[in-house]
Amino acid sequence: MYGALWEILPGPAWVKILILLVLLGVVLFCLVEWVFPWVNSILPSQEVTVDG
Amino acid sequence: MVGSAETGKDAPLRIEAMSDGEPATRVSVSRARRRQRRRLSVIGVIGELLITAGFLVFLFLGWQLWLNDIIVGNEQNHAAAELANSWTSGNVSLNQEDVPTNFGEPVVTPVPDNAVTFAVMYVPRFGADWVREVAEGIGVGDVLDTKRIGHYPTTQAPGEVGNMAFAAHRLTYGAPFKDINQLQLGDKLYVQTKDGYFTYSFRNLEYVSPRQVDVLDPVPQEGAAQATDRILTIMSCNPKWSTAERIIAYSVLDSWQPISAGPPAAIASLASSKG
Repeated sequence: MYGALWEILPGPAWVKILILLVLLGVVLFCLVEWVFPWVNSILPSQEVTVDG
Repeated sequence: MVGSAETGKDAPLRIEAMSDGEPATRVSVSRARRRQRRRLSVIGVIGELLITAGFLVFLFLGWQLWLNDIIVGNEQNHAAAELANSWTSGNVSLNQEDVPTNFGEPVVTPVPDNAVTFAVMYVPRFGADWVREVAEGIGVGDVLDTKRIGHYPTTQAPGEVGNMAFAAHRLTYGAPFKDINQLQLGDKLYVQTKDGYFTYSFRNLEYVSPRQVDVLDPVPQEGAAQATDRILTIMSCNPKWSTAERIIAYSVLDSWQPISAGPPAAIASLASSKG
């Protein structure tokens, strides 16, 4: 999968690395901005209160 | 002697040259196979997906337990400081030395409807710039998960004689009470409302069962006893990664001062300059 991605990307190695870094940044941003908050919202919350 | 040395060198070369064809084709076949495997192997793709999923879980944990608390904490500091500033702007006496130190009986700030923010809390022990909002109610979805501190509706209001109880997360959602176990005797906890500043002095920690609601009594755990002190009870879960117990921190009101008198010196930089 990642091997195929490496071969699909154009240009010499440093161009490929640059493209991959940009892609990685985009993926991380999407995760932190939308995916992680959504996952957090469906996980059970911690209880911190006392309750008879 | 020289000739035989030369033939000794030449001999292996010749052998290589002779068998040149076969190894070359083997190499190209194995290269092609490798390329094929990269593109087509189902197992390989599944393996890479699983490794990726593992990384994602680690990233999520790092985000939830560490990075997000920092981000949210900063946001909350800013929001709370802004709110505090909206109360103080315009009517703060800048000359602190002329201000008397005893303002008599504290003004009682009535608590608002559920999930409405009505106070700001400062605890220097939790961090020099630690400021958080306090909202009415202890609903998980509408107060606690919104990164604020929650006020038990059944407990007293700021300034009122009795027990004012707050709850907040100790992990995740900004973790307002992350360092609740770090409080030390005499540490000051400040609660600011639109009416004034209430300075509490930390007394002791206690660990109780999640069902022990008498920590919310006007005199904690004393049921019908007549309250005379103004107590601030803050709580969170304990141990840190569990919900098996509750950690309770009791503090007693030391002093109060109206908004017009300006903030107590220890939080002056936070309460008036930011926002």
